[in-house]
Amino acid sequence: MLLAPDEPRQQANRIEKRSRMKKRQTRWILPCTFALALTACASGQRSTGTSPGPEGRELERLEALFQARADSVTSNVSEADVEFMTGMISHHAQALVMSGLAPTHGASPQMRILTSRIINAQTDEIAFMQAWLRDRQRHVPEVEVDGLTLTIDGGPAPRMHGMLSDAQMQELAAARGVEWDRVFLTYMIQHHEGAVTMVSDLFATDGAANDDIAFKMASDIQVDQRSEIRRMKRMLEEIAGRPEGPSPQDRHPSP
Amino acid sequence: MINRSLSPTMLKLIRRLGPLALAAGVLVVSACSSSSGSFGAPPSPDPRIGLGAGLFDAEEAIWNLAWVSQSPPPESFVGSTNSDLAFLGDYAIQGNYNGVMFWDISDPARPTIAVEFVCPASQSDVSVYGNLLFVSGEGTSGRLDCGSEGVAEAVSHDRLRGIRIFDITDVQNPEYIANVQTCRGSHTHTVLKHPSDDDNVYIYVSGSSSVRPAEELEGCIAAGDDPSSALFRIEVIRVPLDSPEDAAIVSSPRIFQGLVEPESHGQAPGDIRMVEEARARGDFVSGVGEDARVMSRRFTQPQLLRIMRERGGTGSPTAADSAQLHEELPTLVEQLRGTPDDDVDPDAPRPGPTQCHDITVFPEIGLAAGACGGYGLLLDIRDPENPVRIDAVADANFSYWHSATFNNDGSKVLFTDEWGGGGGPKCRIDDPREWGADAIFTIENSSMVFHEYYKLSAPQTSVENCVAHNGSLIPIPGRDIMIQGWYQGGISLFDWTDPKNPHEIAFHDRGPVNAETQRSGGSWSVYWYNGVIVNSEISRGLDIFELTPSAHMSQNEIDAAKSVHLDYLNAQGQPLFVWPSSFALAGAYVDQLERSGALSENRIAMVRGALDDADGGSRSGLNDLASEVARWAGSSNDSAKVRMLADAVRDLAG
Repeated sequence: MLLAPDEPRQQANRIEKRSRMKKRQTRWILPCTFALALTACASGQRSTGTSPGPEGRELERLEALFQARADSVTSNVSEADVEFMTGMISHHAQALVMSGLAPTHGASPQMRILTSRIINAQTDEIAFMQAWLRDRQRHVPEVEVDGLTLTIDGGPAPRMHGMLSDAQMQELAAARGVEWDRVFLTYMIQHHEGAVTMVSDLFATDGAANDDIAFKMASDIQVDQRSEIRRMKRMLEEIAGRPEGPSPQDRHPSP
Repeated sequence: MINRSLSPTMLKLIRRLGPLALAAGVLVVSACSSSSGSFGAPPSPDPRIGLGAGLFDAEEAIWNLAWVSQSPPPESFVGSTNSDLAFLGDYAIQGNYNGVMFWDISDPARPTIAVEFVCPASQSDVSVYGNLLFVSGEGTSGRLDCGSEGVAEAVSHDRLRGIRIFDITDVQNPEYIANVQTCRGSHTHTVLKHPSDDDNVYIYVSGSSSVRPAEELEGCIAAGDDPSSALFRIEVIRVPLDSPEDAAIVSSPRIFQGLVEPESHGQAPGDIRMVEEARARGDFVSGVGEDARVMSRRFTQPQLLRIMRERGGTGSPTAADSAQLHEELPTLVEQLRGTPDDDVDPDAPRPGPTQCHDITVFPEIGLAAGACGGYGLLLDIRDPENPVRIDAVADANFSYWHSATFNNDGSKVLFTDEWGGGGGPKCRIDDPREWGADAIFTIENSSMVFHEYYKLSAPQTSVENCVAHNGSLIPIPGRDIMIQGWYQGGISLFDWTDPKNPHEIAFHDRGPVNAETQRSGGSWSVYWYNGVIVNSEISRGLDIFELTPSAHMSQNEIDAAKSVHLDYLNAQGQPLFVWPSSFALAGAYVDQLERSGALSENRIAMVRGALDDADGGSRSGLNDLASEVARWAGSSNDSAKVRMLADAVRDLAG
């Protein structure tokens, strides 16, 4: 018997529907009679939701399309974006080293909030940038932190804009208390300003940041670090006139 | 629209009941009969934890909401980010990094695609007014000709960064009639219709990306210290309604300029509690009231040793030394704060934010709330071309002020913190509840006063981007109820009537898009529009939900919310909700007074009886009922609500 054009699809839909249902039944170990009873019950509270729509096969097709497009985005990569992501991973990693000193160097409570936030944000961003590179089959820099020593792929970290020199890092490591706060803020402002420069350089490059994710990443870094620079400048001003010694707790400092 | 083989409501029940629910019958009965009572307490354990991953077949958890429909994106937009929504008549207009689509939602159970308009630009946030559609373009790959090939050159005259304007008189055929290019492009925008100006609408452009080179757009200057810098300002576009093609920037208000150090908001209840506990323990606390701070041992220990040594003591400080330190503390703290540096003028203007992310306008009350970098601003917008800042707040727990929502009478405003920019998983179990949250303020004499944070309570995985994002009020009369998108944290409906006690009363959540690695997805934004809740899902399309009655929300309250009709809605334009007279409205107030215990059971029963009699029968007794209810106001602990009920009853009497 010849099938009408629509029939094979309908049949496939029915099969798919059952298999999805079966999947859920397996997950929930749900006897069918119970499921039906509940459906009837629940539908009493619903006024709608029984419409036909794209079912199994159609969703599978859209999901395949979703995947294909994701793959095509990741195979079409600008070298400038790759360089930016690679460099920014090193850059962020140094911020982790700096911020990680806070608990052992007598940082004030307000500095502890700031450094926790930097660690949380930049750890996530490093993971995000590594995933971006991995998705595009590019080399993913491996970050290692051992005390003050930062290594990228087993070697010294490349010196990106604003990154601290070894001498500056030693100076930070030697400071304690309010002096640590002051040195940290001074150098983290320099460090963040370097990131802002890296973003500006990226946007000034032909072909760069056409990738939506790279564009958003770079824009976010620029915005976040600019507001953090302002916040840190204010904090620096606040401690500039203060005599050396511990500071009172300040739970809600102005940014 | 996917017709789920198991209804989500049922899944919710199964999830709640768990595999132990195999002995079916009794449980089925109890699930059916307990439509309000058993839904009172939030489900425990939280069913949002541990949901299975999938693009179109992720596991779901739902509480006090019901599915109406879910529709995957049309083919041209699959795999491209769905962004914000606008509503016009029967259409939900959904932005996408690849263009704009129009969903006909006249039958919300069967949304159909009316228009797929491919015109790439990020974020493609959309707004409408009359026959005009406005679309934001910020990314560097947006083209004036709507082409999909991007723009390779760093400087190019093919690039669009700014506002695209379409004539949608014929919805099926949007006509691209104009654009307004801006220095930083348009990440989002706000359409402002002044109540007394019918000739123009205004657009506030928020751009958060880099300033374009002057060779690409004349006059764009990035240097912060240049007086004509494109930073430190917003752009105001005037759109003449009879010639929208003449839309142009008319002003660049520097609403951040001279922004002196703002008042930071007060302490959260948890902070106050910590201070009280410290006092109770006998720890050292400096300052009083809002300024109270627990002194660290790093400060107090050396001081105690000094006091001990000064009296010639050795070993450990005594109780007497402690008492002495308590006495000296105020002076010591004063010394510690020191005198300000002579070179720094404490009153000198300090650099403010350079941009806003969102500006929410509420034209009927003449106010806007700007979420701007490190600040939340309150703006007077009675002169649309020259918004004036009237207050600014900052908060050390807020990383990135993102968006704002007023309550309906403009006495409160809620700001969101898009910590991490929306791409990060910021709802993990160890992420602080104050970070990436909402902050609730009351507006008192034009000043914003902080009360509490609200954050999605269900911990999410590290492969789900999650942080506070966009939402809207739901017009439940007499209460402040909001629905909000939290990216892959799903959507959360919460009550913030009491600004000190925001709490969740409904939710929906899906598992991650991908179990192994973070893929973009989740709720970009979710809005109430004419009786339904419409969710823009970044990867999965358009979801529509409806409210279901529960202990937290009665059928009357839902019906009253549905009685409010809007002709259009923009994400950053807040309409004033006005409830038409209805039995549901009066009934909603009765239900609320019963819930709060502000009227006795007898009085509740008496009003309900009288309203039932009048509904469909004679309304002749309603004036007397209204007068009677009004007399109760004085003796109720919620006299304002009792008067609202009296007014609603009087309106029913006609």
